[in-house]
Amino acid sequence: MLDILVPDFRVIAPELILIVTAFVIIFWELITRTARHGMSIFLGAAGTLVALAVTASLAQKTISTFGDALVLDPFASFFKMIFLVGLLLTIAISTRYMVDEGTKDHSEYYGLLILAVVGMMVLATGRELITIFLGLELMSMSLYVLAGLFKTDVRSNEAALKYFVLGSFATCFMLFGMSYIYGIAGTTHLRQIGRAIAENPALLADKGLILGMFTLLVGFAFKISAVPFHQWTPDVYEGAPTSVTAFMSAGPKAAAFAAMIRVLMEALPLMKTDWELLFTVVAVLTMTVGNLVALAQESVKRMLAYSSIAHVGYILIAFVASVGGHADRALSAILFYLLAYTFMNTGAFAILIFLRREGISGEKLDDFAGLSRRSPIGALAMLIFLFSLAGIPPTAGFAAKLSVFYAAVQGGYYALVVIGVINSAVAAYYYLRVVVVMYMQEPATEGGYAGTSPLLWAGIALALAGTIVLGVLPGGVLEAARLSVISLL
Amino acid sequence: MQEELILGYLPILVFLIIVTCVGAGMIIASALIGRKNPNSEKISTYECGMVPIKDARQRFDVRFYLIAMLFILFDIEVVFLYPWAVLFDRFNPVIFGFIEMVLFIVILLFGYIYIWRKGVLSWS
Repeated sequence: MLDILVPDFRVIAPELILIVTAFVIIFWELITRTARHGMSIFLGAAGTLVALAVTASLAQKTISTFGDALVLDPFASFFKMIFLVGLLLTIAISTRYMVDEGTKDHSEYYGLLILAVVGMMVLATGRELITIFLGLELMSMSLYVLAGLFKTDVRSNEAALKYFVLGSFATCFMLFGMSYIYGIAGTTHLRQIGRAIAENPALLADKGLILGMFTLLVGFAFKISAVPFHQWTPDVYEGAPTSVTAFMSAGPKAAAFAAMIRVLMEALPLMKTDWELLFTVVAVLTMTVGNLVALAQESVKRMLAYSSIAHVGYILIAFVASVGGHADRALSAILFYLLAYTFMNTGAFAILIFLRREGISGEKLDDFAGLSRRSPIGALAMLIFLFSLAGIPPTAGFAAKLSVFYAAVQGGYYALVVIGVINSAVAAYYYLRVVVVMYMQEPATEGGYAGTSPLLWAGIALALAGTIVLGVLPGGVLEAARLSVISLL
Repeated sequence: MQEELILGYLPILVFLIIVTCVGAGMIIASALIGRKNPNSEKISTYECGMVPIKDARQRFDVRFYLIAMLFILFDIEVVFLYPWAVLFDRFNPVIFGFIEMVLFIVILLFGYIYIWRKGVLSWS
């Protein structure tokens, strides 16, 4: 038997920093017995920035530790940075919102946000099925509680309960799949599973392995809210506090993508033909259902929930394309898309928070009426976020869609590209409808916005900067993404 | 490979069958050959010799669930000590294994302080 050696803690350095931050935030308030909102924000932002710096400094390294259960490679580092950027944006946009909503549990809110990010990071670094499961649970448990943060709000409670019950159900599917893969390959380490299948190609025809892969993917499809496992998304996104929705729609999806890509690329690359067909069908369904239902929404928050489903469909096009010849281009398109989506989607939700004031939720389409006159800058920011979500140049959304479709064309998936482009055209209708309401309708009510604060503006500015910079100069980030996926191929 | 793996679970299957047979056998045997002579004392609920007050199906204070949940939580986490103890001499260096467990217990302690300061344990 081998000795248990001291692991290389650099692999989990950002995670450790965040865990300590979360503990300090929660216990600071508990021990001083005074609600210090500013302290939580300061500590949370500081911890995130330190973790971001550490991640950036380790971005080029490839280190495997904890018996190969965790691996820090450029792929994991890229995702860690996406999560940390998302966390930073969320902290910035939720400060005033939490005060306005009268929530008392500030420290728990920030602590849970940070712990959810730790779970996402474990998902991105995990190279072993149980470790991936652990990360997934840490992320999901934190999100279940965050969705129900407003204890007296019926919708928030409904969101938390639905998310918890359906999420647990999906987790069961995932564990079931893992147990089959373990039973057939005899190991839970992704690389060793890949080797076991390569050495014994007869396993590829094994019904158990196909069943295992399929149920594992059901679990992942739930977490990224791909059709037909998307039913929870609109209700949970609509009921959860807006800042939590902004957080949930970007980071956790990216984390589930990270784990799914790693599992399929490292453990089951030889089953490509099976999951290529599966994801082709799921991508088409996800895009089409997401966009068509989004057309009919009167609540902007719910519309953004369906639009997030549609965006998962576009990302899955690139994932299907990774089976073709240019896997590095296709996978880097996914990474780029997820980063761009984090900026533009969090930004759009930030505007919803900005619109919120006494008696007005800021979620309805009517709340946007005449925004251009009452707050030209807010309207312009929303305009750019919506253009980006619709994929209009020169925004991040355009560059992301272009790289996805380009990868699919290179791989020869013309039908998927055509369906994707038609879907983008449909999507433009419901994004631009908000723009029309903002610029061409009279304001329904008078008065300013209570929900403004310097930090909210800073968050909007950061999201705006990301959306524009990634749209104008996508080359550098795309190349960084391409270099970071090479280690997987 | 697969056959070996599945064969390894055979004792568990045998064990399950035997357990089911013994359990079911006892109930069936006593139902068939046992003498039945019920009276109100005999069929009433056994409550440590006390006279039962009322039906057990009633609402409980939510704090019971909280305490039960916390008990399970800490219980399961302490079970983690067993594999650690078994593998203790394989830690290299040994002090590393010791520090890891101290950290784990400190985190548990934080959890305890948290529920205590939140007033879960005060019962008034």
